[in-house]
Amino acid sequence: MSGNMNLTLKVWRQKNSQTAGKFVTYKAEGISPDMSFLEMLDVVNESLTKNNGEPIHFDHDCREGICGSCSLYINGRPHGPKKAITTCQLHMRTFSDGETITIEPWRAAAFPVVKDLGTDRSAFDRIQQAGGFISVNTGAAQDANAILIPKVIADEAFNSATCIGCGACVAACKNASAMLFTSAKITQLGLLPQGQPERYSRVQAMVAQMDEEGFGNCTNTGACEAECPKEITLMNIGRMNNDYYSAKLFREEHAHDHTGGE
Amino acid sequence: MSLDAKIPQGPLAEKWSKHKFNLKLVNPANKRKYDVIIVGTGLAGASAAASLAELGYNVKAFCFQDSPRRAHSIAAQGGINGAKNYQNDGDSIYRLFYDTIKGGDYRAREANVYRLAENSVNIIDQCVAQGVPFAREYGGLLDNRSFGGSQVSRTFYARGQTGQQLLLGAYSALNRQIHLGKVKMYTRTEMLDVVVVDGQAKGIITRNLKTGEIESHGGHAVLLATGGYGNVFYLSTNAIGSNVTAAWRAHKRGAFFANPCYTQIHPTCIPVTGDHQSKLTLMSESLRNDGRVWAPKTAEVAEKLRKKEITAAQVKEDERDYFLERKYPSFGNLVPRDVASRNAKEMTDEGKGVGTTGLAVYLDFAEAIQRLGEDTVRAKYGNLFDMYYQITDENPYKQPMRIYPAVHYTMGGLWVDYNLSTNVPGLYAMGECNFSDHGANRLGASALMQGLSDGYFVIPYTIGDYLATIGPKAIDTSHPAFEKTKQEVIAYNNKLLALKGNKTVVEYHRELGHIIWEYCGMARTEEGLIKAKGLIKALKADFWVNAIVTGENDEVNAALERAGRVADFIELGELMIDDALMRRESCGGHFRLESQTPEGEALRDDDNYAFVAAWEFKGENQEEELHKEELIFENVKLSQRSYK
Repeated sequence: MSGNMNLTLKVWRQKNSQTAGKFVTYKAEGISPDMSFLEMLDVVNESLTKNNGEPIHFDHDCREGICGSCSLYINGRPHGPKKAITTCQLHMRTFSDGETITIEPWRAAAFPVVKDLGTDRSAFDRIQQAGGFISVNTGAAQDANAILIPKVIADEAFNSATCIGCGACVAACKNASAMLFTSAKITQLGLLPQGQPERYSRVQAMVAQMDEEGFGNCTNTGACEAECPKEITLMNIGRMNNDYYSAKLFREEHAHDHTGGE
Repeated sequence: MSLDAKIPQGPLAEKWSKHKFNLKLVNPANKRKYDVIIVGTGLAGASAAASLAELGYNVKAFCFQDSPRRAHSIAAQGGINGAKNYQNDGDSIYRLFYDTIKGGDYRAREANVYRLAENSVNIIDQCVAQGVPFAREYGGLLDNRSFGGSQVSRTFYARGQTGQQLLLGAYSALNRQIHLGKVKMYTRTEMLDVVVVDGQAKGIITRNLKTGEIESHGGHAVLLATGGYGNVFYLSTNAIGSNVTAAWRAHKRGAFFANPCYTQIHPTCIPVTGDHQSKLTLMSESLRNDGRVWAPKTAEVAEKLRKKEITAAQVKEDERDYFLERKYPSFGNLVPRDVASRNAKEMTDEGKGVGTTGLAVYLDFAEAIQRLGEDTVRAKYGNLFDMYYQITDENPYKQPMRIYPAVHYTMGGLWVDYNLSTNVPGLYAMGECNFSDHGANRLGASALMQGLSDGYFVIPYTIGDYLATIGPKAIDTSHPAFEKTKQEVIAYNNKLLALKGNKTVVEYHRELGHIIWEYCGMARTEEGLIKAKGLIKALKADFWVNAIVTGENDEVNAALERAGRVADFIELGELMIDDALMRRESCGGHFRLESQTPEGEALRDDDNYAFVAAWEFKGENQEEELHKEELIFENVKLSQRSYK
C-alpha cells in the first residue's frame, strides 16, 4: 500500500428534478488507495455532515458490483476509467495523488435527476414490465430436466442475463439509447426454448415501451458495449433487431396475440 | 401467551400435503376483494407478490430501493439446493431435510425444514420455466455442484451469480403482474410501522423516500419479506441499505422476535484491511470445492508472510497446515460454515494468520489450476476471481486468496408458526426476516431456497386460510389506529431530525458494530456479554443526545433514513445480547466459551436449550419477556454434530 492521497472533487449538486444543478468543489483528504470510490465519497460525506454541510446524495447498495444501483459518471465516463466494473468496484488506487475528479449523474432525459448524483431509472422497469418475462404461473412447471438446453445456448443466454440494469449504456450513448439494456433481456429469453411462445410479441412490446420512455435510437457507435460493466455485447442489439423486423414483416398477426391485458 | 407453532399432525412426509388440504380456501371470485400488502421484493417478497397476484388477490408491494431488481437477494453467489437427485448420488428430500436439521445444530423445527426440502424440487422447475439460465451440461441437462455441510451435489447454480438470476426470474414474474394490473408497486418507499386494529395487522405506515410524505396503506394482511439484520454489525456482507427497521417496528407492535443472537459468520470473505471499509465482500462457498484452505504450521512462518519476507508459494508443503482436511477428513474443506469459520479464527488466534493484519488464512487454487487448468478454473469461478482482484489488487490465479470470516446471514427473525404467521394475526414474515428454517446455522445454498419456498409455495396456501376467516370486508384506513400510528411515526422522525449534536450516525453504527462483533460474534462469554450490555445502553443514551441528522423530512434524505435504521439496530443489539446471555450453550456459530467439548468443538445443551427463544417487547427501556417454543424431534435423533 502506498501513502494516502489528497484529491479535488467537482461534484454535481442538484436539490431535485425541479431545480437547476451546479458543480461544487470539495477537497477529499487522507484518502487510502485501498478505498473504493464510494468509500471515498463516504469519507467526504462524514466530513460534510460534521461541518454542517449537506452530504452528497448518490445511489449505492450492494457495493459488490451486482445490484446495479451505483451510477456515477466519473471524469466523463460511466463507472469511471476502468473497463468492466461498476463504480463500487472502482478503487482509489486507480487515481493519482492531487488529481481533480469530476463526478456527475447519468445524463439522459429518460433518467431525471432525483437528487445530486442519483437518477430515476424506473423507465427501465417499465420496459421490463412491457414484456420482459415468460408467462408461467407458480406451481405449473414441468420437471426442469424435461427442457433440454445445450450448454452453449445456456451460457449465451446467461451472458445476456448478466445485465444489472445500471443504465451505463444509456449514459454512454450520445442518443441516450436503451437498446443494449432492452436487447439483453430479449436475447436471453429469445435464445431459450421457454421464451419462444412470446418471442415476437415481446420484442415489439418492449421496443414500443422503450420509445415511449423517450430513449433515443441506436446509431451503432458502440459506446454502450465499451462502457457496460457486465460486457454485454452489441450482438444483443443485432438479435433484437432481427427479431423485431421478423415480427414486423412476417409475424405481425402472431404479435397481436400478445396477452397484454385481460 | 402460549406459542402455538400449529405444526400439523401425522407423519413428517405427509404433514404439508395434509395441511394444504385442511387449509380454508378463498373462492376465486372473492380473491379480488382482498388486498395484501407485501413489504420487501427480494426473493421471498417478489415471488409471493407474483404468486398471490396470479391467484387473484390485489397486491400492494413496497421496497426501499428504486427497483425491485436491486433487492439484496441479487448478491447471492453460489447456488440453490434442490433434492432432485439428478446426479444419482443418493440425494433425497429426506437427506436434504436431515442435512439441514443437523447443519442447523438441531435448533430448527422439523416440520418446517421437511417442507422446505419438499418444495426445493418445485423451485428448480419453477425457475427453469421462467427462463433462469442455470448451468447446463453439454447434453442439455442441468449441472450441479456441492456446498458446505453436504456430501451430495444438489446445488443448482448460474455461475457465481445465482441470486441475481433467481431474483431476476422472480422480478420478471412480478413485472408480469404489475403489467396486468394485479400488483401495484411502490418503490423508494420505506415501511416505518405496522397498523394493528383490534389485535390484527391491517396496514402499514410508510415514508416516500423521494418526497418524505408519510402515508397509510390498508390491507387484509401484511406480509414482511424484508431480509436480515446482519448490518447490526456495521461491517457485514449485506448491502448498505439492508436493515431491521420494518421487522423491529413490527416487534414493537407485538410480534415476537426469535433467536436474535443467531448470526451466521461466513468463512470465505475478503479480509478487513482498514477502518475505511463500509462493507465486506463474500467469496462464494463453492470456491471450497476446488480451493484448499491452509495456514502456516508455525507462527514463525506466518510472521515472515505478514512482513512479506516470503510469499505463500515459498512456503513448503510440509510447512503448511491444511487444517480443515486434517481435522475433518470426510468433509474436508466443505465443512459447514460455522466449523470453517471457527477453525480459521483459531488459526489466527494462535498467531498463524496471514496478510498484513494477520486476520486471514489462505484459500489456495494452485493445486486445482494444476489439475484442471487455468481455463477450467476461470470458467467456474472467473467472476469471483475478478472481484477479488478488483478489491485486493492481488491476482488469485498467481497467489492464494486471503480469506477471513465475516457476518453474512441472520437466522434469527420474527417468530412465525407453520403458516408463516407471526403471533399478531394478519402479520406474516417470509424469507430471512423470519427465524424458522435454519436453526442455529444456515447451510450453503439454503437461503435462496427458503426465500422462494416461502414466497412461491407456502404463503399462497397459508394466507387463504386467514383471509377466508376474516372475510373480504373493506379495510377502513380512517380508523383511528391508522391516524394514531401515523402521528407516532411523524413524531419519531421529527425527534431524529432534531438531533443536531457532534457525532455522525455512521460513527454510532460503527461503534455498535464493534461492540456486537467483539462480544456477540464468533465467541462469547457471560462476562463479555454483560459488559456489552452496559456499553450499548450508554451508546443508546448518547445517540439520542449527540447524534447529527442533517436535512429535512420533505426531500430525499439518506441521513434521516440511516438514522432511523441505526436507532433500531441499537435496540436490536440490546436484545441480541440478552438472547446470547440467556443461551448458555454453544450451538451453530454461537460459541459460548463456557460450553465446549474436550476437543474444543461446540457443546450443545439439549436438556436445557432445545427451544426457540421468542422475545416479547414490553415497552421502551424495559427488559423483554422470554417465551419458549420447545423443539420436538420425532424423526432425527439429537446427537453431537460430527464432520470428522
